[in-house]
Amino acid sequence: MGRKLLLDKAHIENIRLYDVYRQHGGYRSVEKALKSMSPDQVTEEVKKSGLRGRGGAGFPTGMKWSFLAKPEGIPRYLVVNADESEPGTFKDRYLMESIPHLLIEGMITASFALGSRTSFIYIRGEYAWIVDILEQAIAEAKHNGWLGKNILGSGFDCEIYVQRGAGAYICGEETALLESLEGKRGNPRIKPPFPAVKGLWDCPTVVNNVETISAVVPIINEGGEEYAKIGMGKSTGTKLISACGNIRKPGVYEIDMTISVEDFIYSDEYCGGIANGKKLKACIPGGSSVPILPANLLLKTAKGETRLMNYESLSDGGFATGSMMGSGGFIVLDDSQCVVKHTYTLARFYRHESCGQCSPCREGTGWMEKILLNLENGKGKMSDIDLLWDIQRKIEGNTICPLGDAAAWPVAAAIRHFRDEFEWHVTNPEDAVRRNYGIGHYADPVHVPVG
Amino acid sequence: MAEDKKLFKVTIDNITIDVEPGTTILHAARQIGGDVTPPAMCYYSKLKGSGGKCRTCLVEVAAGSTADPRPMPKLVASCRTNVMDGMVVKNITSDRVLDARAGVVEFLLLNHPLDCPICDQAGECHLQDLSYEHGEEGTRFEFKKRTFEKEDIGPYIQLHMTRCILCYRCTYVADQLTDERVHGILDRGDHAEISTYISRAIDNDFSGNMIDVCPVGALTDKTFRFKNRVWFTKPVEAHRDCDKCCGKVTLWQRGDEVLRVTARKDEWGEVKSYEGKTGWICNTCRFDKKQVSDWVIEGPANVNRHSVISQGHYVGVQQPKETMPEVMGGRTPKLLMDIHEVSGVNRVDISALPGPATSKTFTKNEQ
Ligand SMILES: Cc1cc2nc3c(=O)[nH]c(=O)nc-3n(C[C@H](O)[C@H](O)[C@H](O)COP(=O)(O)O)c2cc1C
Ligand code: SF4
Ligand code: SF4
Ligand code: FES
Repeated sequence: MGRKLLLDKAHIENIRLYDVYRQHGGYRSVEKALKSMSPDQVTEEVKKSGLRGRGGAGFPTGMKWSFLAKPEGIPRYLVVNADESEPGTFKDRYLMESIPHLLIEGMITASFALGSRTSFIYIRGEYAWIVDILEQAIAEAKHNGWLGKNILGSGFDCEIYVQRGAGAYICGEETALLESLEGKRGNPRIKPPFPAVKGLWDCPTVVNNVETISAVVPIINEGGEEYAKIGMGKSTGTKLISACGNIRKPGVYEIDMTISVEDFIYSDEYCGGIANGKKLKACIPGGSSVPILPANLLLKTAKGETRLMNYESLSDGGFATGSMMGSGGFIVLDDSQCVVKHTYTLARFYRHESCGQCSPCREGTGWMEKILLNLENGKGKMSDIDLLWDIQRKIEGNTICPLGDAAAWPVAAAIRHFRDEFEWHVTNPEDAVRRNYGIGHYADPVHVPVG
Repeated sequence: MAEDKKLFKVTIDNITIDVEPGTTILHAARQIGGDVTPPAMCYYSKLKGSGGKCRTCLVEVAAGSTADPRPMPKLVASCRTNVMDGMVVKNITSDRVLDARAGVVEFLLLNHPLDCPICDQAGECHLQDLSYEHGEEGTRFEFKKRTFEKEDIGPYIQLHMTRCILCYRCTYVADQLTDERVHGILDRGDHAEISTYISRAIDNDFSGNMIDVCPVGALTDKTFRFKNRVWFTKPVEAHRDCDKCCGKVTLWQRGDEVLRVTARKDEWGEVKSYEGKTGWICNTCRFDKKQVSDWVIEGPANVNRHSVISQGHYVGVQQPKETMPEVMGGRTPKLLMDIHEVSGVNRVDISALPGPATSKTFTKNEQ
């Protein structure tokens, strides 16, 4: 059984409450950091840990922290990104609901490292009840002297505030989040400048995911080097995976990143195999934005190696034959699912969530949705498939923020790996409307040529 | 001796110039002029924060700087990217740029109504120019376009949202020029719209400048609507003493009748600056002063290159700068179709006419 660092205590009854959390060793990292370490030492430990951002991009957290500009007399901010709106991703929700003090503890330690005296949690508006849970945890922490003025006599002051979003996926993009937090329309900013230089109210700011900040707690408690021993390569520590779709046991799992994709799907400890005796057809391993992979490429890389649940292995082969770790939203499709319909659903989502600032994303997402709906309904043409390819190609890389890419990639990957299913929809329009799936032969892993 | 300011050397499409540090690629290209200047649909140098949105100005950075000559992986928005010393930029010499730009033009036209024959902006529409210069023929879009109801925002301005390309320029005008902002963007994505706060009128001395910054016919002057085609009017520079604004305008006349008043525009289609101050004009000058006697006439306006009016009108037409030979290293460029060869319009020597051209001028000369 893999080691757990974040959710190891999540099952303890009432761990949501301060007293129970504290009895089980909570807030030790704050004591250690504030009493025996300098802010730079905390950052150094995070660097040593090899922790990578858990929000999707996988950027090394220690490096991000050390990029934070520190001009005299200007406040700095830590903002926790709890907007979690990516379809398939629900790990932060579980963490905040079950063990909220872990996030608060990580935030205090991180705020100390970054010199942020006012830190924010920007939370997805739909998570309304979690706001209450977090605010209670903050009040308890403050009541017990972990927040407020001169924490533990260290001279460090810190307050944490929770801000609710209003239901826009785009506000998870860090600069849109900052705009929204400032009370403006949540449009992503044009970068540079990056938040590390000009973030919240033009002050240097670090934006990190909920899970990233929570991981700071075990890193400080056990030391960065110890943390780095878990996992392999550049995928250190543990990762939360929210698994959903046609599996027997959907849920949030903490894995160490050495386990194979096959074990993750089929072992009883995790997903428990494909539900209802069906076969695995395809999977989106890292949240809706990352490329979908057919079963054969999911379980083994193009080189024939076993694919593992970590950053390097999931992206092995690039976009031609690989995918991405992303935010850990693991969506499994069995052989009764239709990739065209699935792709249409995603396209509809991105069309609806585009902020509309830049023309390729604003117009391209709507266009792709319309074409995909036609194809799904058996009204498509063969040329539509090439047209879709051309549209996604013209969006990708040409937009202000990565939402444009996130809208383009799923369409590209679906056509790349399931082109015959798109063609089947054109050649069998009646069947395409009548039944919900296209063709299922991907279920049997076939030989993949190297390249 | 005055201190030597270090200038940055930047090469755009094989033409090298020195510019001040802090100059954007777009401004550097504008200093060169001609075809190497990327088109800009959302950027407006006089509006803080504008740019970066439409993506028509994307260029390829083939070398970041002398210090770090690596190319930038993605195309960048030239209006919002500063030059570095030794930077090498490819605009029209990059196939990637031309391909992406054609894509952007297609995207911009996707939901644009193409009702040019009944649109007041026709003839001075930047989207028309853009499509002509950078677009592809035909459309691959086979769906219904998004439409909106026309909306009056105040007594003088009509919003025809269906034509809007969401460049955000007018919202920056509302934000930066008018005291009370009641106008902005509602909703998001392709269903986003420019609007006022629950149909409130925009009632402000400088609101009319929104019309001048709008690159398309989404915001139009209600006092001019359908009065005439812009290419049948004669632009004349004039001024008056105004206590609210600079009072320097262009009158668009037909005979002695003043059909429309606008701010003066430079060759990039932007409102001109005088002594460092942008020449925005007030609503009194724009909407109320419609008599020639209200104005001191200076003479025929320099017609900017964005206008069909420059196709052979009056004196003072600015010839576009010819950069092609330099860009192509002496080779001759492939010519596009020359519209003048197929249309009869220019067989009429307009400059020889005693007064402004009218539609009759052309029918009379029909062969
Ligand atoms: C459209 C879009 C949505 C995003 N949504 C989230 C989100 O809900 N939660 C999150 O942590 N990061 C999200 N991100 C990534 C953030 O921009 C940012 O990279 C991240 O919060 C950085 O934290 P990390 O370094 O800890 O991963 C999103 C990015 C994009 C482009
Ligand atoms: S890519 Fe899409 S979401 Fe991102 S800024 Fe552009 S329009 Fe907005
Ligand atoms: S109304 Fe005109 S100026 Fe305003 S956003 Fe639309 S196109 Fe731009
Ligand atoms: S002019 Fe640069 S993106 Fe619009």
